[in-house]
Amino acid sequence: MIKFLVGICIVFISHAGARLSQNSKTDNMTSFPADSLPTRFGFGNLASEDRIRQWDIDVRADGKGLPAGQGTVTHGKEIYQVKCAACHGITGKEGPNDKLVHDPTKNARAKTIGNYWPYATTIYDYIQRAMPFNQPGSLSPDEVYSLTAYLLYENKIIDATAIINDKNLADIQMPARQLFVPDDRTEGPEIR
Amino acid sequence: MISAVNPMTLKKINRRQLLGGVAATLSVLAQSAKSAPWSTIVPALEDPTKVPGAPVGLIGTKSPFEQIRKTASDISARTPLHKLHGMLTPSDLHFERDHSGVPSIDPEKHELLIHGLVERPLTFRLADLKRFPSVSRIAFLECSGNYRSLDTGKISPQEICGLTSQSEWTGVKLSTLFREAGVHDKATWFLAEGGDAAVMTRSIPVKKGWEDAIIAYAQNGEGVRPEQGYPFRLFLPGFEGNMSVKWLRRIELSDEPFHTREETSKYTETVGEGKIRQFSFVMDARSIITYPAFPGKVEKGWIEIQGIAWSGRGKIDSVEISTDGGRSWQLAELQAPVLDKAHTRFRFLWYWQGSETAILSRATDETGYQQPTLKILKQARGGFMGYHYNPITGWVLKSDGEVLFQPT
Repeated sequence: MIKFLVGICIVFISHAGARLSQNSKTDNMTSFPADSLPTRFGFGNLASEDRIRQWDIDVRADGKGLPAGQGTVTHGKEIYQVKCAACHGITGKEGPNDKLVHDPTKNARAKTIGNYWPYATTIYDYIQRAMPFNQPGSLSPDEVYSLTAYLLYENKIIDATAIINDKNLADIQMPARQLFVPDDRTEGPEIR
Repeated sequence: MISAVNPMTLKKINRRQLLGGVAATLSVLAQSAKSAPWSTIVPALEDPTKVPGAPVGLIGTKSPFEQIRKTASDISARTPLHKLHGMLTPSDLHFERDHSGVPSIDPEKHELLIHGLVERPLTFRLADLKRFPSVSRIAFLECSGNYRSLDTGKISPQEICGLTSQSEWTGVKLSTLFREAGVHDKATWFLAEGGDAAVMTRSIPVKKGWEDAIIAYAQNGEGVRPEQGYPFRLFLPGFEGNMSVKWLRRIELSDEPFHTREETSKYTETVGEGKIRQFSFVMDARSIITYPAFPGKVEKGWIEIQGIAWSGRGKIDSVEISTDGGRSWQLAELQAPVLDKAHTRFRFLWYWQGSETAILSRATDETGYQQPTLKILKQARGGFMGYHYNPITGWVLKSDGEVLFQPT
């Protein structure tokens, strides 16, 4: 009889324990199988809209994320001479670092903006986040638009009087756009 | 600093100079003098059994007789594959590729933001990430631009393909954070952004995030090294290394890719017929013999041919060795455990008679993909070289014992 009662007690306690551990995040005695993980643990903090606005600097190929602003080829050329030419060459064709302007006589094989970049928005996105190399993130939106305009002009994609802004940058058709294809390699024996 | 230099006479700008080299170098020298380990200052003894040894220390040291190093350019440093044993790369020898130097980050101030197509945009600090259920896995990480050759044949495995390394990575599954933030069903891509001066970004399919992506805060048991993304990095098993964004600070869920610079003008490959292949993520199966290899020399007699094989699509199924320049092939022994998307060591015991021959290794993964020759690979890509080159690599054993690289 005593044994029987003890048995009932153990069964009761272990059931209570199981219920408790399912409801409590603080229980560290129980190991959960992966499929019974809670949807949320409640760790971390909600991000404020301000915080997201500060960090959300990316620009998509459809232009989403472009800040208000505009730039010209002339202004872009001025900024380029001071802040970019040392690394990319006096007209963007020479290097020593990445050649930006396509020139069949000087750098036919180089992967430049004119012959290799599929989207004009990438120019804006990359300059504003990473350039100039020694002062990344230091340019204003208007300066970045101007540099983008200058590089598009040198690559013979827009003319000298064009004004580039958040409304028209994504519409610019890049010469290399139609060359890009998604990865066609698959698992298995085929070599691609 | 730059504007004072005439751009027309400027040689390729050295990244270390740009980053303000002199002061940094002096401080590093001062640092290493202060913390020079006992064993590097005390000369080896004639008879170490007759003098008490060095006291216990707070951190382990390397033997002064093992001066194993990466080789470095301005933008990357390569793992000495031919000087390593087993399956793990010591953390300080893990290859390194940075896009604007190694940032110095205080984990108390560094946050990961997850936002975009989510129910709840959230931020996490290192301490928050460590509270989540953790996961560890051993897997390789390889840069997709990892094949070089040299006509003289005088090139080591480190220089041919030293941009691959292997660690045990520990962290939180990205799927756990996806659930925490409530990722929308229509999210198909996410942007991963680093907290370095390049603020480097890549677009990654959300599917990979649900499958096996990790936010790794530990490497081989300790905090991730600064060069590897301290305080935490993304780790995408089997995918090209550039996508495992280091110093991760932001993940944005989206319904389309972002076409960042690193997935358009870089990390894409010309494949013939005027086409450029984009979003080629998975690293194909590969192997390389790391012994014997240049610059080592061999003597005739027994040689244990050794190397590593790996595949971004799964486990290595087999490695074959040819000791007659590719005419015949025999199975190598694989060192257990053979892990998914992991460097696997292979061995093949062979008696070399001493006459000139070429030795090669060829990996096959569990999907049936067999590592191709350079010739076949080049043919398949319209004659173009570039990213994702994983050809069979040969070594010619000269009769005088010299070992020279031979492309296939």
